[in-house]
Amino acid sequence: METFAFDVAHMLAGLMVLISLMLLYQVRMFALLNTFALHAVVLTLSVAWQAHIQDAPHLYITAAIALVLKAIIIPVALHRVIVRLGIGRTIETVGSIGSTMLIGLGLVALSMVVMLHATAGADPLAREDLAFALSVVLLGLLMMVTRRNAIGQVIAFMSLEDGLILAAAGAKGMPFVVEISVAFAVLLAFIVIGVFLFRIRERFDDVDIEALQEYRGERQ
Amino acid sequence: MNLLSNPPFDPIAAILFIPAVSALVLAFLPGYRLTARLNVLATLLTFLAALYLLADRPAPSAYLFVDDLSTVFVVLGTFIGFTTAVFSASYVAHEVEIGRLTPGNLRFYHAMYQVLMFAMNLALISNNIGLMWVAIELATLTTIMMVGIYRTYAALEAAWKYFILGSVGIALALFGTILVYMAARPVIGEGQDAMVWTALVARAQYFNPDLLNVAFIFLMLGYGTKVGLAPLHAWLPDAHAEGPTPISAILSGLLLNVAIYAVLRFKILLAANSEAIAPGPLMVTLGLLSLVFAGFMLYRRRDIKRFFAYSSIEHMGLVTFAFGMGGPLANFAGLLHMTMHSLTKSAIFFAVGHIAQVKRTQRLSEITGLTESHPLLGWGLVLGVVAIAGMPPLGIFMSEFLIVTSTFAREPVLAIVLVLGLLVAVGALFLRLSQMAFGTPSAGTGRVEASYVPMFAHLALVLAAGIFLPALLVVWFQNVARLLG
Repeated sequence: METFAFDVAHMLAGLMVLISLMLLYQVRMFALLNTFALHAVVLTLSVAWQAHIQDAPHLYITAAIALVLKAIIIPVALHRVIVRLGIGRTIETVGSIGSTMLIGLGLVALSMVVMLHATAGADPLAREDLAFALSVVLLGLLMMVTRRNAIGQVIAFMSLEDGLILAAAGAKGMPFVVEISVAFAVLLAFIVIGVFLFRIRERFDDVDIEALQEYRGERQ
Repeated sequence: MNLLSNPPFDPIAAILFIPAVSALVLAFLPGYRLTARLNVLATLLTFLAALYLLADRPAPSAYLFVDDLSTVFVVLGTFIGFTTAVFSASYVAHEVEIGRLTPGNLRFYHAMYQVLMFAMNLALISNNIGLMWVAIELATLTTIMMVGIYRTYAALEAAWKYFILGSVGIALALFGTILVYMAARPVIGEGQDAMVWTALVARAQYFNPDLLNVAFIFLMLGYGTKVGLAPLHAWLPDAHAEGPTPISAILSGLLLNVAIYAVLRFKILLAANSEAIAPGPLMVTLGLLSLVFAGFMLYRRRDIKRFFAYSSIEHMGLVTFAFGMGGPLANFAGLLHMTMHSLTKSAIFFAVGHIAQVKRTQRLSEITGLTESHPLLGWGLVLGVVAIAGMPPLGIFMSEFLIVTSTFAREPVLAIVLVLGLLVAVGALFLRLSQMAFGTPSAGTGRVEASYVPMFAHLALVLAAGIFLPALLVVWFQNVARLLG
């Protein structure tokens, strides 16, 4: 049972890293959104599995929040924004996909080396989980800097946050996991509302942050 | 926390309950004049309750605790919260008159002001690193909403940038917090106790040092983003420039300090483990980088609020540098500098707020001859800028002098870079000041209904501190400096 529990947790966490890498090379908006929903579903499974093997029922709440909010509500909401803006065709990314993928692979290797070294004494389940979680966080950061579009950045931030929830769920017995996931849910809700506001309430021409560049630094 | 078992007065409960209740009340009360006054009253009561912490300090619980370090921050924070509320009352009255804000906006604004005070007080007195994180996130969210309150393109962009960078910072800090828990779990055991700061410090010696090292790097970068340290400072100038000016004063005078406080807590934790890396060099590097970078950047600013925002980056860099150097003298100087900077910078923003209102612009080139057209405002600004530049006999001169001399004694090379950065900034400050304060007055010479009391009260305190520091204050700060190690 021990090794089986470990194998499943390991596989789910590894799957999240894989999907994070997939997010890096999605150039179509809808494909990006679907991949992100998949990311959230795997997170849900992963957290639910942790709840099961740690015998920590409160983690099921975190899993439920991840499923309802990030796999269903937010993708649907963003989908509607994209349709309304008519920007479903492509996403502008900074730098070529090949080099981004290479940097992404480097980040995964880096987080493995750092975390496996730093947690040498800890129990193997937590170790692997933490190493994968750090990879997801770093890949999310990388994705944030390689996306020019505000919606791309929001999705990048949410994938980063999935990594944090993964780490928190893997840290056995950690208090506040549910509270933290609720706090993040509030944050995400604000971000998505913000995207809506940008477009609908204020009638901006686009949510491409390229258009915002002119205000950076100085107003003329 | 139990009011019944502690009948006379519980200052900890008071500094949390007063803002929380006021936020609820202010959210539903109509009429901005009344709510502005109530806002002042609530912050005054919170400040008085915070003063009570000097006399009586409740024992630490699993969630909340107060020591000398947090008392400094709470008293300073609630004081500036109070004076800024006074300034804010006259500022928002003008904004409503010219129609930039509606009374509905203001109901939201005042409620948010109190939520912010609550979140900052909670962050400063929480004994649980998870709770501290949640409180800082709450403080960030409220300021983001207040920055975007004007709903102009630039304001929303500033709020968005603040949102994204602030979220990244807060995410990194959470990862660091989780790592600290992981380091503590094998020693303290699962559950609540492994996140209680007092318990963590007591047993830090037995934690896995490698894990603590990685954790500190995340925490330093995460909370460092909120301090406004380069290279993660990009949100700060925009947030200062596009939001209402009282919020600029709160950001510079308060929120940056709260973030520094979080960094200091974890620095103490790391210092308690002899095998972990010394946290100092990382703080020294980031601090010095911010200081020099902001010093040069000051020359390129054309917006008055952005200009002083960069000056805040410079001074937070200096504070971080001083705390990174460590030792009783540098810590003392860092603490003094942080206090003086908070007072001076918020005073400057009080002046800038009224200046921008009367001139109807924030462009530096369109603001000239202030001492002639508005003598009180103009000379207040002159005094503030002279203070922030570190001229004697004002308080910042003393703290900068202490930082520089203690650095020369220990690391002469760093001291040269430090002095260079400071001089570069001083040059920019005086260059801009001479344009703003003297010469022919630019358009917009109308009367201004300003509240001068908060500004001159702050400046008087800074002047008094530069001339004579009361022995009581010195002993108090020395205790804190020792605590910081």
